[in-house]
Amino acid sequence: MAEPQDELHEITLYVNGIPHEVTVPARRLLSDCLRHDLRLTGTHVGCEHGVCGACTVLVGGVPMRSCLLLAVSMHGERITTVEGLAGPDGTLSPVQRAFADCHALQCGFCTPGFLTTITAALAENPAPSREQAREIIGGNLCRCTGYQNIVAAVLRAAELGQAELREAEIQQEQQGDPA
Amino acid sequence: MTGKLVGEPVKRVEDPRLLAGHGRYLDDLGHDAVEVAVLRSPHAHAQILDIDVSAALDVPGLLAIYTYEDLTGPLAEPLPLLIPHPALTHGRTQYALARDEVNYAGEAIALVVAENRYLAEDAVQRIVVSYQPLPAVVGVAAARAAEHLVHPDVPGNVAANLVQEVGDAASALAAAPHRLELELAVERSASMPLEGRGVLARWDADAGRLRIWTSTQTSTGVRAAVAVKLGLELGQVEVITPDVGGGFGVKIVHPWPEEVLVPFAARNLGRPVKFTEDRREHFIAAAHERGQLQHVEVGFDDDGRLLGMSVRFWHDNGAYLPYGIIVPIITSTQLLGPYKLPAYRVEFDSLYTNTVIVTPYRGAGRPQGVFAMERTMDAIADCLQLDRTQVRAVNFIQPDEMPYDQGLIFQDGRPLVYDSGDFPASLEKLKKLVDWDSWTSYQAAARADGRRVGLGIACYVEGTGVGPYEGGHVQVETSGKVKVATGLTSQGQGHQTAFAQIVADELGVPLADVEVVTGDTRRFPYAVGTFASRAAVMSGSAIALAARAARAKILKVAADALEADPADLEIVDGRVRVAGVPGAEISLGTVAVLANPLRYAFDEASKAATQFAVGDPDAAPVPEDDEPGIEGRDYYSPLRSTFANGMHAVMVETDPDTAEIRVLRYCVVHDCGTLINPMIVEGQVHGGVAQGIGGALYERMAYDEAGQLQNASFMDFLMPYVSEMPDGIEIDHLETPSPLNPLGIKGAGEAGVIPSAAVFASAISDAEGFQITSMPISPSELFELRRQQGESPS
Repeated sequence: MAEPQDELHEITLYVNGIPHEVTVPARRLLSDCLRHDLRLTGTHVGCEHGVCGACTVLVGGVPMRSCLLLAVSMHGERITTVEGLAGPDGTLSPVQRAFADCHALQCGFCTPGFLTTITAALAENPAPSREQAREIIGGNLCRCTGYQNIVAAVLRAAELGQAELREAEIQQEQQGDPA
Repeated sequence: MTGKLVGEPVKRVEDPRLLAGHGRYLDDLGHDAVEVAVLRSPHAHAQILDIDVSAALDVPGLLAIYTYEDLTGPLAEPLPLLIPHPALTHGRTQYALARDEVNYAGEAIALVVAENRYLAEDAVQRIVVSYQPLPAVVGVAAARAAEHLVHPDVPGNVAANLVQEVGDAASALAAAPHRLELELAVERSASMPLEGRGVLARWDADAGRLRIWTSTQTSTGVRAAVAVKLGLELGQVEVITPDVGGGFGVKIVHPWPEEVLVPFAARNLGRPVKFTEDRREHFIAAAHERGQLQHVEVGFDDDGRLLGMSVRFWHDNGAYLPYGIIVPIITSTQLLGPYKLPAYRVEFDSLYTNTVIVTPYRGAGRPQGVFAMERTMDAIADCLQLDRTQVRAVNFIQPDEMPYDQGLIFQDGRPLVYDSGDFPASLEKLKKLVDWDSWTSYQAAARADGRRVGLGIACYVEGTGVGPYEGGHVQVETSGKVKVATGLTSQGQGHQTAFAQIVADELGVPLADVEVVTGDTRRFPYAVGTFASRAAVMSGSAIALAARAARAKILKVAADALEADPADLEIVDGRVRVAGVPGAEISLGTVAVLANPLRYAFDEASKAATQFAVGDPDAAPVPEDDEPGIEGRDYYSPLRSTFANGMHAVMVETDPDTAEIRVLRYCVVHDCGTLINPMIVEGQVHGGVAQGIGGALYERMAYDEAGQLQNASFMDFLMPYVSEMPDGIEIDHLETPSPLNPLGIKGAGEAGVIPSAAVFASAISDAEGFQITSMPISPSELFELRRQQGESPS
């Protein structure tokens, strides 16, 4: 008794720069596909109706709730999950380091959704004001931290990101200016 | 002990893994497991007439459907009543799967196992259950009226009635120059961790052993309960707590129906089986807390000094009572707060309703007790036209009166004796922090500008670190690394960091060399659990004692090797040195090698411990009173609880037109004794305050008359986002160490949430000019209260 929703589809997802060919039923959520088909369990599911933001991933750089997306609809898309935020050598990104510096996580369950959301926001606005920092995280739920240290982490991440940019510029200048 | 890490805001060792997406929460495990979905009652109260599974049987991937009829032996008996009490005369607990009758919407009726959750849910939808609906008892008022009964054999819906009295409250009230009565109400909320419940079980048929991973606050509790329910020896069951995505109390309940059914199915099917709770299930099938109606009578003198108090309250315990009457007992005892009361009588009824069970949620009955007492304090101040802090101060227990016996029996079955605290000093700190003395003029100026602002205050005492015990094990490996285990579990409190700080200081090793494991019965089988702000007090103390035992052994072995007096030795940076003798030193790893006499070498270093290399040929290699290796194991079992305390102030502004309530400032003075890691403690306070703000202004369980939860989603149950939080929580610490444990710790986990309902009611009352008696309060409710007060909408 095959259900129509169980018809299988072959799709390709480019997750954290790596192409994955997956066969999924039409009803399979992107969150389940990432977590259970690709075993990228860093993306968490907190509410399954797009309210908490724990499952947020970046699709083409834009934050989206993977619990509200069907995997089949993501065929050919570039997806970044929390596992893709650190550098190739495992060095944590400025946003990840800022979370550790500021004690912006406790149980860590909602954290991946905050990290992806903030990463995308800082790419757009690298130097947010305090008020903007609060707006950036305004759609994500955390039950542990009371958000105080997450706001601090957004601002700290911006600082770290700016410092990284300056360093990269200096290095580039030195390389482009043979003494 | 160098003491250089305890007290420091050390960055958490847990974080790099969690930040990289490498955490391992329950549903991140068991990729090979088959999955379950649970058929739950759509009715709050009904008889089950028939369950027809035939239409579900041809769902592809279906492996099994279990109903009550499939359960045998202890599994067919009701789930355990975890905490019996003589006053709990009518304790009722649910069956793992409903038998004949359901008593709340959400109660488990059938367990479906299929190749994955999608298919299991398909099958659940096809099971047809015939019900005979019965009248639902919803809310405290309906339970008290007892027009209908939840359980036919529980008269009046009363599970328990408990009275405690110190002095003669009736006479004291009769003789008091001033008397007041208050009618108060607190509604339901819930822990609501971002990760719901979950359990994974593997049955190893070859070894006859069961391994369970569960998102719990007590792995040892689950282990014992599952062993009994499945008829297994304790030694056949292992329970491992993986990363847990928040608990806040709800995960101390055990065994959940799924916690016994999933292992049962795994053994039956010979396949690993997993249950991952979804959000709707967490609303309707986990646990809630807080709902109470209270009646307070108080007598006091012209200075506002309490002379007598009589409190009667009614506690909504939901459909079943697996956790006993701990929550109302805590309300009835912690109500006293930091105050002296010559005569106090408290009586409560714990009442059944056809709603989700009620078990401890962070604060565990304290927020309701503090609400009763602090509303009373404000009412007295209002009656006598005294400053609200003055009325509190005149009633404080003084520091030189510690330890102070309140004359009641606390939740641990032991006398309610406060161990420490300096309440006048705490109040002074809070008044300074919030600038209390300038408030009247600030408020007057704001009013002149057409603004409504209010300042609230609330004080509490929190029994923390309840027994019976916890243990710790510390082992130095031949690598010099230190492995630590304790049995209680972690849900984000940073235990791995805090406990490593303690061990690093005790042993003189770098923090990076210490690894802490919690909640794994393979590593430490004796434990109670993580609740009641007890982890740092109990396991922190036990681990400190275990580390001291390991240190003594290190010094003994090192003294032999260095031919020195143990008293002359110090341990610095993982090396044992003879103080003042440069070069006379030995690494901890070598000490560990020497402590374990070997026949067989396994690497270069271990050759030093073999029989032709070391040892007195005329003595036993391991002396009679000794053991091989460098290990320390010890337990901490205090006479009674420690008592933390604190005082909060909140400044609010209420909109004159819309009655919207906005937080302007939130100030906390907090005394949890010695701070192991102030960064973690402040994080705990922040989180507690956020849950408190949610509980005071936004969160409630909206049951309709039929017992249907109308807001069982994050869309409708309003947990605070950052937009509901003030920009900054101002915290000041007072550290009065507890005399009851080796580190002076008092516990901090729940503190932030305890005074919230009280402090917001105080502030809103101050802004509005009339007393708020029911929490939470929404803008529309405040608007309606204004109308009742005769205000016409502006």
